[in-house]
Amino acid sequence: MSTVTQAGPAVPAGSAEALSERRPLGDRGFQVLALAAGLLVLVILVLIAISTTQQATSWFTTEGFKGIFSTNWNPAANKFGAMTFVYGTAITAVIAIVLAVPVSLAIALLLTEVVPRRRARPIVYVVDLLAVVPSVVWGLWGILVFAPWVQHIYASIGSALGGVPVLGALFGPPTSGASFFTAGLILAFMITPIVTSLSREVIATVPAIDREGAYALGATRWEMIRGVVWPHSHGGIVGAVLLGLGRAMGETIAAALVIGSSPVITSHLFAPGYNMPAVIANQFGESSGVFRSALMGLGVMLFAFTIIVNVFSRAVVARSARRMRGA
Amino acid sequence: MDHPEPKVAETELPEPTAQQQPREAAVFERPGAEVFKTKNVSIYYGSFRAVTDVSLDIYEHEITAFIGPSGCGKTTVLRTLNRMNDLVTGARVEGDVEYRGASLYAKGVSPIAVRRRIGMVFQKPNPFPKSIYDNVAYGPRVNGEHKKSRLDEIVERSLRHAVLWDEVKDRLHKSGLGLSGGQAQRLCIARTLAVEPDVVLMDEPCSALDPIATGRIENLLREIKSRYTIVIVTHNMQQATRVSDRTAFYSVLRDDKNDTRTGVLVEYGPTRQIFEDPRDSRTQAYVTGRMG
Ligand SMILES: Nc1ncnc2c1ncn2[C@@H]1O[C@H](COP(=O)(O)OP(=O)(O)OP(=O)(O)O)[C@@H](O)[C@H]1O
Ligand SMILES: [Mg+2]
Repeated sequence: MSTVTQAGPAVPAGSAEALSERRPLGDRGFQVLALAAGLLVLVILVLIAISTTQQATSWFTTEGFKGIFSTNWNPAANKFGAMTFVYGTAITAVIAIVLAVPVSLAIALLLTEVVPRRRARPIVYVVDLLAVVPSVVWGLWGILVFAPWVQHIYASIGSALGGVPVLGALFGPPTSGASFFTAGLILAFMITPIVTSLSREVIATVPAIDREGAYALGATRWEMIRGVVWPHSHGGIVGAVLLGLGRAMGETIAAALVIGSSPVITSHLFAPGYNMPAVIANQFGESSGVFRSALMGLGVMLFAFTIIVNVFSRAVVARSARRMRGA
Repeated sequence: MDHPEPKVAETELPEPTAQQQPREAAVFERPGAEVFKTKNVSIYYGSFRAVTDVSLDIYEHEITAFIGPSGCGKTTVLRTLNRMNDLVTGARVEGDVEYRGASLYAKGVSPIAVRRRIGMVFQKPNPFPKSIYDNVAYGPRVNGEHKKSRLDEIVERSLRHAVLWDEVKDRLHKSGLGLSGGQAQRLCIARTLAVEPDVVLMDEPCSALDPIATGRIENLLREIKSRYTIVIVTHNMQQATRVSDRTAFYSVLRDDKNDTRTGVLVEYGPTRQIFEDPRDSRTQAYVTGRMG
């Protein structure tokens, strides 16, 4: 029963070794596991990049750089220019961001700064619920319900603004329910929850004592938000927006259903268009040879774009974190 | 040059110099006008009564110290003096809080106007994540001052008043977050002085600072008190005796039957009297260190 004596320290308490680090086995095991999992993800990512790039080489060797920058996409004539879809991706992503970001920020500020926490919770819940609607459901709703309903609105806006310079070029006819704008709008719906919840989290980390510092100087709520919340959280918010942008660029099924599937470059936002994920989804099944390779090439480019956006967003967040530490 | 009137458009509060209260006689040595008069003030957080029945007058151009054991409600009382507790959901004030003859909690009084007049320095230095210059200019900008030359002037003067100018004049456009704790606290004081308040409330402004920085801030308080009225919460009794003219001692009233603790104002008077000749045995015990 007197096993207590055996439980003494193996190292004399006074020696230097007594202070040296001896991490428990479980701790080290967890570290190894975490490292392995991280490496595995990286390896899978690299393998995907390599194999898709390989699949895309025959497109690249037949078309060269011209393929990337050409706007001529005509599978029947073996012409595979990517630019039309790059343009469409950019346009739809920009529309999505322009529509989603102000709304997301307004909701996030409302929830953190205006509505009392108790009453904010159900709203948070509803916004988060938007995120669980499957992409294909958004797409079907978009094409079956939203597009027919909105096409009259597009048409009347289009005829009203048709003659106006600039606005006419953007919103004038031709108009169609399935269009760049509808795709951007559906994408905006889809990225609003993530941008909102990330922004809300960033804003919630603004220390209460900083807010009080502003209020104590006689700031109104809006002045407090501009003077304290914004400088504290703009880096994180930009990160959230870029993450949303990455999503909007890569989102496939919903865009494929509502964009109108018309490979043209036009400034008319209410006109049917096409973007990279949509053309891959729609045409992959019927493709072969160089055609398929070209679609793979589009996939590689999309992959590269989203990685660039992600790296950039991380850099922005890291830079603002550094600034916050007073560097 | 003396203290220009704060620019507050929407206020119903009287201007600081507008109304001289009749002077209180006898007990107090040389009181100026009352800046605050509180009568039977009780403060609640929800249903919890944190402080009860506080009646005290705070005088112009004096430094008033609040002392007392932790949890007795010093911060709570301080924060009702500039309606900072409006920001706490569930916080509620009963009784009268008068500021220069007008009720602070009357309908139609804007807490924003109140806080422009009655500034606050917090326990933990809380510079904004902006440059030193923009920290100090924040208040004046919020008050509608946007002229560069005026702002330059205000920033320099406020930083000089807060005895920080020489240390930061070459790095005004560097972040305020890069300052040491003592410098950051002086920046926060400068920021408060920049709006030229009538009253400065300070909640343990030196508790995070070393003795040298503390000494600087105490000197600063003595220097600026001819222009402002200062209320300071402190746990440091030497500090109270060093800087304050008047001291309020708070304590906790325990009710074991209902299991409640309520803060009360035990004794209020000239600092010398509170420390050398306390009337209440609880004050005596506290200032002689026989009670937490
Ligand atoms: N926001 C709040 N919500 C609920 N109760 C609070 C809040 N702030 C303070 N209290 C309670 O009110 C009482 C008084 O607190 P207060 O912070 O005013 O004490 P204090 O004298 O400043 O103490 P300390 O010396 O530790 O700063 C305490 O019982 C505290 O728990
Ligand atoms: Mg306190």
